[in-house]
Amino acid sequence: MDALTRARWPLLALAAAGALLVGVAVGAVPLPLAAIAAALFRNAGPDAAIIRDLRVPRVLLGFLVGGSLSVSGAILQALIRNPLADPYILGLSGGAAVGAVAAIALGLASAWALPVAALAGGLLTLALVYRLSLADRRRMDPHTLLLAGVITNAFTGAVLAAVLSLSDAARLRNAFLWLLGGLSGASWEAVGALALYALPPLVLLLWNARWFDLLVLGEDTARHLGADPERLKRLAYFATGLIAAATVATCGMIGFVGLIVPHVIRRLWGPLHRPLLPAAFLLGGAFLVMADALARSVARPIELPVGVVTALLGVPLFAVLLRRSLS
Amino acid sequence: MRLFAQHLTVRYSRLGAPALEDVSLSLGLGELVALVGPNGSGKTTLLRALLGTVPLESGRVEIAQRALAAWPSRELARMVGVVPQREDLLFPLRVRETVALGRYAHLGPLAAEGEVDRRVVAEAMRRCDLEQLSERKTDTLSSGEWQRTRIARALAQEPKILMLDEPTAALDVRHEMEVFELVRRLVDEGLAGLIVTHHLNLAARYADRVVLLSRGRIAGEGTPSTVLRRDVVAGVFDWPVAVTAWSDGSPQVVPLRPREVGAGGPDAR
Repeated sequence: MDALTRARWPLLALAAAGALLVGVAVGAVPLPLAAIAAALFRNAGPDAAIIRDLRVPRVLLGFLVGGSLSVSGAILQALIRNPLADPYILGLSGGAAVGAVAAIALGLASAWALPVAALAGGLLTLALVYRLSLADRRRMDPHTLLLAGVITNAFTGAVLAAVLSLSDAARLRNAFLWLLGGLSGASWEAVGALALYALPPLVLLLWNARWFDLLVLGEDTARHLGADPERLKRLAYFATGLIAAATVATCGMIGFVGLIVPHVIRRLWGPLHRPLLPAAFLLGGAFLVMADALARSVARPIELPVGVVTALLGVPLFAVLLRRSLS
Repeated sequence: MRLFAQHLTVRYSRLGAPALEDVSLSLGLGELVALVGPNGSGKTTLLRALLGTVPLESGRVEIAQRALAAWPSRELARMVGVVPQREDLLFPLRVRETVALGRYAHLGPLAAEGEVDRRVVAEAMRRCDLEQLSERKTDTLSSGEWQRTRIARALAQEPKILMLDEPTAALDVRHEMEVFELVRRLVDEGLAGLIVTHHLNLAARYADRVVLLSRGRIAGEGTPSTVLRRDVVAGVFDWPVAVTAWSDGSPQVVPLRPREVGAGGPDAR
């Protein structure tokens, strides 16, 4: 074991803590560390309200979303046995987006109605894609699942385009910004709601992490080695589906985190899921918090959509990593 | 401990001919059975039927006097180790990690590998001669090394029964012989072995019994010399053959060229 291998967990923990701190410090009003400490530990100082009610929930939400999407991406890559899978590949995000955009277009987009509409759209799609994916003997077939997800994505994309082209300009802009994804709606309520929906599936996935090492080998081989592929596939599908629907409902679609982070971790930790999932959660969380901090600060006072930053940062980083591993 | 399969019939499509029809088989410890037959004769289907991965139209499988359906997957994995024909190599592991996958059926959900697990993995790697390759990624292995890795993984399950589906299909002479030697040694040490193979001559030399399948039915079963007779083999494979005897007495099948047929090939039996 070389030095880097030994130090990778402490380094990752440090990166996560650092990202959280930077996320709280950076924004429309940059805050010094002393002010953050004062607000957090003594509830004192002029910026206590900003920190406690805006910044902290925002970085926590970002961390939870980034971490959940990364775990979800890693699991879907194992389930579909395709390295290109991301948390949105099974069409749930499209359903959630249709729900949310329909709410915006109908003028129902209050703070609580939007996530509810998105969640409803996502869960409806979850059930639909599941039904489509059942092969003979009620077995869940990953290839059929992927196809069902892709055609559902195409369909919801068309519905989305229809809704957007029929709604007026101001609402169109709102809906468009919402679709790009962002953490500006963060609040303690949003953190609580997302935790409620995302933490139980995350815990279940972590608890079963080891069996996904076997599922990657194919269902028969997994069974020969003691796994129950049918149970695992359903667990993977419903857990990642719930995560996708809940994250899209709270902050729209944030791309690339769930695709790239699992691959980065596989290169550093190897592909075994027991270390992969917690590491992907930490790195994904840290990555999204940093991307959000950048999105808030590069063009102050304008906020860039965080999905733009994750793509602009993530894609070149991933390209470098890919090149290095090929050479 | 024995594996019993009685009157197995498997049908993939409702109207088509059965892939397996009324096949019975028994396998005990210290016994190596070779499953041979033409392509599509039902060898892999029989293996899958014995493992419960294909639904039976009729018949029953019993392992250690317990119906197959009554075996939870983790317990079954501790009884039967399988080296399947193919498997995905999506995210390649290291050799040692791959072999350690065989321990999952013994581990709890979060438990780390214990002393026993490490010892079993090391022993499985030693028996398959993999110690030097421990840290190699599986996508850099030769076909022979990869097969040995998968056999070691099955051994790490500490099974009583070892099933191999064409484990030497892509191997050269030396690696093929190494796999057969290894399997024979494991069986001599007490495992029950079932090997699907196209190599009739090696089956004849290594197996205690040969089961010859033809169109889903058993065309012959017994010691190699009772099953691998010229008329039977020629009939099942639909190709003229001669059968000679090797110095250890095992029958050796030589496929004939059309112009050699009737020329009274060597020692036709």
